[in-house]
Amino acid sequence: RHLEKSAVLQEARIFNETPINPRRCLHILTKILYLLNQGEHFGTTEATEAFFAMTRLFQSNDQTLRRMCYLTIKEMATISEDVIIVTSSLTKDMTGKEDVYRGPAIRALCRITDGTMLQAIERYMKQAIVDKVSGVSSSALVSSLHMMKISHDVVKRWVNEAQEAASSDNIMVQVLPLSHTGCFSVCLCFELCILHLFFLLSNDALCIFITSHESPLFDFIESCLRNKHEMVIYEAASAIIHLPNCTARELAPAVSVLQLFCSSPKPALRYAAVRTLNKVAMKHPSAVTACNLDLENLITDSNRSIATLAITTLLKTGSESSVDRLMKQISSFVSEISDEFKVVVVQAISALCQKYPRKHSVMMTFLSNMLRDDGGFEYKRAIVDCIISIVEENPEGKEAGLAHLCEFIEDCEHTVLATKILHLLGKEGPRTPVPSKYIRFIFNRVVLENEAVRAGYWKFLGYRDMPLLCPLDRCMMDTDDEVRDRATFYLNVLQQRQMALNATYIFNGLTVSVPGMEKALHQYTLEPSEKPFDMKSIPLAMAPVFEQKAEIMFVATKPEKFAPSRQDIFQEQLAAIPEFMDLGPLFKSSEPVQLTEAETEYFVRCVKHVFTNHIVFQFDCTNTLNDQLLEKVTVQMEPSESHEVLCCLPAPSLAYNQPGICYTLVRLPDDDSTAGTNPQEGGERSKNASQLELLTVGANLWFFSKMKYGPVASAIILGNCMVSFFFFPNSHLSFFQNSSPYCTSKVSVFLRDAITLQLKGKILAPPISPGPLG
Amino acid sequence: MQRPEAWPRPHPGEGAAAAQAGGPAPPARVGEPAGLRLQEPSLYIIKAVFILDNDGHRLLAKYYDDTFPSLKEQMAFEKNVFNKTSRTDSEIAFLGGMTIVCKSSTDLFLYVVGSSHENELMLVSVLTCLFESLNHVLRKNVEKRWLLENMDGAFLVLDEIVDGGVILESDPQQVIQKVNFRADDSSLTEQSVAQVLQSAKEQIKWSLLK
Repeated sequence: RHLEKSAVLQEARIFNETPINPRRCLHILTKILYLLNQGEHFGTTEATEAFFAMTRLFQSNDQTLRRMCYLTIKEMATISEDVIIVTSSLTKDMTGKEDVYRGPAIRALCRITDGTMLQAIERYMKQAIVDKVSGVSSSALVSSLHMMKISHDVVKRWVNEAQEAASSDNIMVQVLPLSHTGCFSVCLCFELCILHLFFLLSNDALCIFITSHESPLFDFIESCLRNKHEMVIYEAASAIIHLPNCTARELAPAVSVLQLFCSSPKPALRYAAVRTLNKVAMKHPSAVTACNLDLENLITDSNRSIATLAITTLLKTGSESSVDRLMKQISSFVSEISDEFKVVVVQAISALCQKYPRKHSVMMTFLSNMLRDDGGFEYKRAIVDCIISIVEENPEGKEAGLAHLCEFIEDCEHTVLATKILHLLGKEGPRTPVPSKYIRFIFNRVVLENEAVRAGYWKFLGYRDMPLLCPLDRCMMDTDDEVRDRATFYLNVLQQRQMALNATYIFNGLTVSVPGMEKALHQYTLEPSEKPFDMKSIPLAMAPVFEQKAEIMFVATKPEKFAPSRQDIFQEQLAAIPEFMDLGPLFKSSEPVQLTEAETEYFVRCVKHVFTNHIVFQFDCTNTLNDQLLEKVTVQMEPSESHEVLCCLPAPSLAYNQPGICYTLVRLPDDDSTAGTNPQEGGERSKNASQLELLTVGANLWFFSKMKYGPVASAIILGNCMVSFFFFPNSHLSFFQNSSPYCTSKVSVFLRDAITLQLKGKILAPPISPGPLG
Repeated sequence: MQRPEAWPRPHPGEGAAAAQAGGPAPPARVGEPAGLRLQEPSLYIIKAVFILDNDGHRLLAKYYDDTFPSLKEQMAFEKNVFNKTSRTDSEIAFLGGMTIVCKSSTDLFLYVVGSSHENELMLVSVLTCLFESLNHVLRKNVEKRWLLENMDGAFLVLDEIVDGGVILESDPQQVIQKVNFRADDSSLTEQSVAQVLQSAKEQIKWSLLK
């Protein structure tokens, strides 16, 4: 139906009439909300007018109308002015007798409340949280969750009420308050909430306190695999799978449950199961092989997402003998899926190629067929990359691969791919028995293709021992400036027939970073000076910058050796760690920076290792308490927006006075051209890095201590201001929450106190009694 | 403008960029390949809920975070989702790093969107709750016509199920009770043949008794 905004707003005038006609007003209000929902723009004045008109409707006692008023308030909260005039009406409703109004009124009220007003309604909120009516309580809790973003300090004070609500009988209400620790989700029942809690905690690498499958916690999770709610079963399976250091045996019950889900009539279950099995296959492919048959059935699933996930999982777990069969199944299926899934499948095939190099011929046939079919750029690129990796790594597959690629570039519309393949031909062609057969393809490309391809042609030449000077002559007469310039330059270099020159000017192209050069040149042009432009002032590029400018290709030199041998040692150490193997060459390591004061119970020092796109923070930690053994220690960082923490590697154990190392890997933003700044600026960087630590008031520090006697305990800090203690006396779960703002040093004080208390045998008593376990 | 809800979201930002189907981002731990992010535990499971008609036009939509901040992006997303799911009638799909569950009914399509690392079954429970509540509130089938006639009921139902991205209620009975909505009484022309016969019978009965 077509509504006209101005007409509707005109109609809204009847809100001012008395007596109020509920049905008509409701109708109009609905229309307003519908318009808003459709994205219709309301100017501030008209929104405010409509809002004010709506407030008169509070005089009516019609339930639906009142509820719609609440909705309108919420919708218009951001577009109308002076919305807080309804505060008193809402407050009245939320404390009034009509239960049906109270929940919605609270939620509406919290939507319009800002930080200053929050204190005024604080006591109402607290009362509402502990209200016996579940709708009221849950509304209040959800609203206070939202309010935490606005005024954390105030809402923090309501934790006690939240805990009280947690012990109420109503299940729904029970689960919400733990959200104040920021740690889990709404669910149907207690088991699920605990599971999700641990699911999320485990995701934060906090499963350190589930040390083995004998822990009572693990038993609990496993028992949930037999729960009557599918959601709980699935959550339990997920939790088990995400436990780090899980053995195949421990995974087995979870995997068998997922296997059952694979044949469920409900698509969501099948999807969830396949997706989770896919994750398992990444780390424990052998654990998933039992499901191969079920997965193969899913290839023909009507839901393409499920089918694709099934295929990629099979590709991870498939055995060599099943490769042929898998390829056949995939080829019939691939034409029906979208590009984004196709890329995923190709990448999985690539992994399989590396795993079973003997199967290259089967895969190559398949890949070349895919290359001939329709598809977008990303898809074709993925296939080309896959073929290239076979060519580079598998000598038997080289000729076939190159032949397929040659065929491809005859009819390829993507310049980037054509130049990449030409580059490859240049590199690999000379190593084949009959390199000259590739010359025909190169020559054709030079003659027929666009400038970018022609410019890339020179790469082929440089790699050959005896340069083919004839086609270069043609290039000298090319219509494009760049092609001509390059040809002339290289022709001159090649005619010298000196390997050294070839090496400097042809093999090793521009060694500086392209964006860096661009910036430096720009700078130079802005400030004319008498000095010539100095290439040395440009930061180095340490990795091939192929993707920066698709039209021009450069090849990186090997990283220069730095004089201090300390760097070499670090490079070696870091390269030995699997997680850091793919970071590229180490550019610079900083001097160590002390992060803790001298008298704390652990001593931490930080060294920063700068790579092209990443920084590895190395924390040298020493335990200074002689009756404590620290295990699985990590230092967690909360970086600024453009930086991203990728992973943390804990120090397995710190005995007294024996230093250990833990690492954190951070990814730098993509266009950070300071990645290769020269060494003088290293000092500044280390200053910044230590500021990185102090700035983050939310620096999380995990600490696990295994007591020789007494309960196993661990302190976990989540979010900004919460400290949670978990300990297991007699297989009960007790939650203790203590909110206190802190920075790193304060935390250590707190922990020190906690450890002292535990050592003395006193356990910090939780304010609530332990809840029932399932 | 249909904006997302007023508060800033602490939601782990999945973004609209395409992500791998095989690897929805589990957070990083030892042994995980680099490129996976740490995940902030969050209660904000639902990203969006919307109802489209047979042509993919929006009838009702609520976005709970700023994955799609502008109306244009929202509509593009809805169109994308519609194209992907309407023809094949799939109940669950993966698009741009998000999991979408779908339910179709006569001439409507209902969707619930969450990020790809959420429990899909929770999304389905929200969807089911929405559908069943609407079914009850509309009294007749969940059809475009009845939905438009009783848009206010639909708004209220959704409001009771999801608040700001947090699941408030997933039991349809509870939702129905709280909404306590009476759909428009149908006019004579809408009554089914059976009902007309019934009322005719009543009339005759009374006239006979007189």
